[in-house]
Amino acid sequence: MITSTHYMFLSAALFMIGVIGVMVRRNIIIIFMSIELILNAVNINLVAFSAQLQNGIGQVFAIFVIAVAAAEAAVGLGIILAFYRNKETVNIDEMNLMRW
Amino acid sequence: MPPGISASDFYNILPELVLTSGALVVLIVDVLLPKERRGALAWVTLLAIGATLASLVPFRSTHVEVAQGLLAVDQFALFFKVVFLVAAAITVLMSVRYLEIEGASPGEYYFLILCATLGMMIMAGGIDLITIFIGLETMAVSFYILAGFIKPSHRSNEAAVKYFLLGAFSLGILLYGMSLMYGLSGTTNLRVMAAAFAGQETDARLVLAVILVVAGVGFKIAAVPFHMWAPDVYEGAPTPITAFLSVGSKAASFAMLIRIFLEGLPSMGHDWRLLFEALAIITMTVGNIAALTQSNVKRMLAYSSIAHAGYVLIGIVAGTSRGITATLVYLFIYAFMQLGAFAVIVGLRRADVAGEELKDFGGLHARNPFAAFAMLLFMLSLGGIPPTAGFMGKFWLFSAAIDAHYNWLAVIGVLNSAVSLYYYVRIVVFMYVKKEALGSEPATSPTLAVVLGVAVAATLVLGVYPRLLFELADASARTLGAAGVTTSLR
Repeated sequence: MITSTHYMFLSAALFMIGVIGVMVRRNIIIIFMSIELILNAVNINLVAFSAQLQNGIGQVFAIFVIAVAAAEAAVGLGIILAFYRNKETVNIDEMNLMRW
Repeated sequence: MPPGISASDFYNILPELVLTSGALVVLIVDVLLPKERRGALAWVTLLAIGATLASLVPFRSTHVEVAQGLLAVDQFALFFKVVFLVAAAITVLMSVRYLEIEGASPGEYYFLILCATLGMMIMAGGIDLITIFIGLETMAVSFYILAGFIKPSHRSNEAAVKYFLLGAFSLGILLYGMSLMYGLSGTTNLRVMAAAFAGQETDARLVLAVILVVAGVGFKIAAVPFHMWAPDVYEGAPTPITAFLSVGSKAASFAMLIRIFLEGLPSMGHDWRLLFEALAIITMTVGNIAALTQSNVKRMLAYSSIAHAGYVLIGIVAGTSRGITATLVYLFIYAFMQLGAFAVIVGLRRADVAGEELKDFGGLHARNPFAAFAMLLFMLSLGGIPPTAGFMGKFWLFSAAIDAHYNWLAVIGVLNSAVSLYYYVRIVVFMYVKKEALGSEPATSPTLAVVLGVAVAATLVLGVYPRLLFELADASARTLGAAGVTTSLR
């Protein structure tokens, strides 16, 4: 039997993978993918809690998170593209105009 | 109409609706106007902001929850809404000349400023995690685009990428904390949540949620150690956007912080107060020490703004109604001095000079005495010297801390203010003592003169006669969910 605790462990694992990905990887796109992992960990959490508590708020919250993540992805990829056009790289170590 | 939403709810969000319509009008007018006359969009934007300010008038003493507790319309929200709208108006006035020099298209720029303001207003009113999150993202996504608005500029690109990555990362952390808060209380409404947590034994998962939310909010207010993005973004973003970011975004994040922690988690007061106490101390200290060595004035003001977030946190740690009042007052006063200082930097931007380096301020007194005097005033105010408004703000923050028996927090605050004077006065020395001037004469523009005039007047008047502001802030702090302020009294 899979209980909501299992989902919480899955979500915590996904969250940690995302956080480590953001800290360790140097490619902007991969960092961005790691951030999406974090947001999906949040969604799993919300939906699991929603099922456990038998109330729908968590699912509504998850839908909002998905919608906002999509909007953010659109803007974020645009920004990364503008950066790439000027610098021809997506490596975060090349972002050194200002002291990091 | 869907259940739970009534016609009166639409009336209560009138200011937000007016601002949204105003933003859409700006977009439409942008298409209709011929390219060379699009500078006029600034006036359309100001009109939208003015109409929104006017539509706030009927809500002076309203105290209701809209749509079954999604949004609160109270004086606390009202106070912040005025701060955001005034900051947005000043930013627009600053931008007119800046956009001309940079050759950027004004349509989307003003639209995004209005969108960011809308997001801030929703953040200040939100008493539900979902509403707060939507407001936060409306603001943040607009700022991501605005930070990278000067597309040919490498520095602007870099600022946008850094802001976006760290902003999205912090959002993930904040949301994970929020999802735990929801799971443990079964609700996203902060006031219901406070009731659900009251009397409950401390759960390790709830402590984890508090830590995650503190970290997420810490990113947004640029508290050390979550501040790494701020100096780079402030330095690289267009100067008026830096000003708006450091004032509007910061004030909105503090409004969100107060709502979440004082309204939603008063029962965890002991835990988050400890975290914020530690954050306040390192934020003040690191911010001020890092600012000492900067030669780029925008970057220096970024570190100074980090340090100011530390001062403001003192009021929240105190947590008494006096502390919250001091927080509100300080954010209001800070808006004027910070926006004014950035307006001087915008004035120094010419076609041939970036105007951001310390040496660009050399001999400013000889070339533009009014700008030099205004900058002198803002620097003294940021440093907390009487008779400027900054002194009154700091005085109240520190006295609120002493009142709540956080004596040594106040002592560290005062010591930090003393350190900060060194780098504020250094700019003054450059303006009044050094002679060498670089590049062409700083051009004065009427809109910039208005900004400086307003900021100087506010800094002086609030320093000499702050009473009215204190009364308003006090009334606003008291409307903050009865549960919030009173139960957190020590």
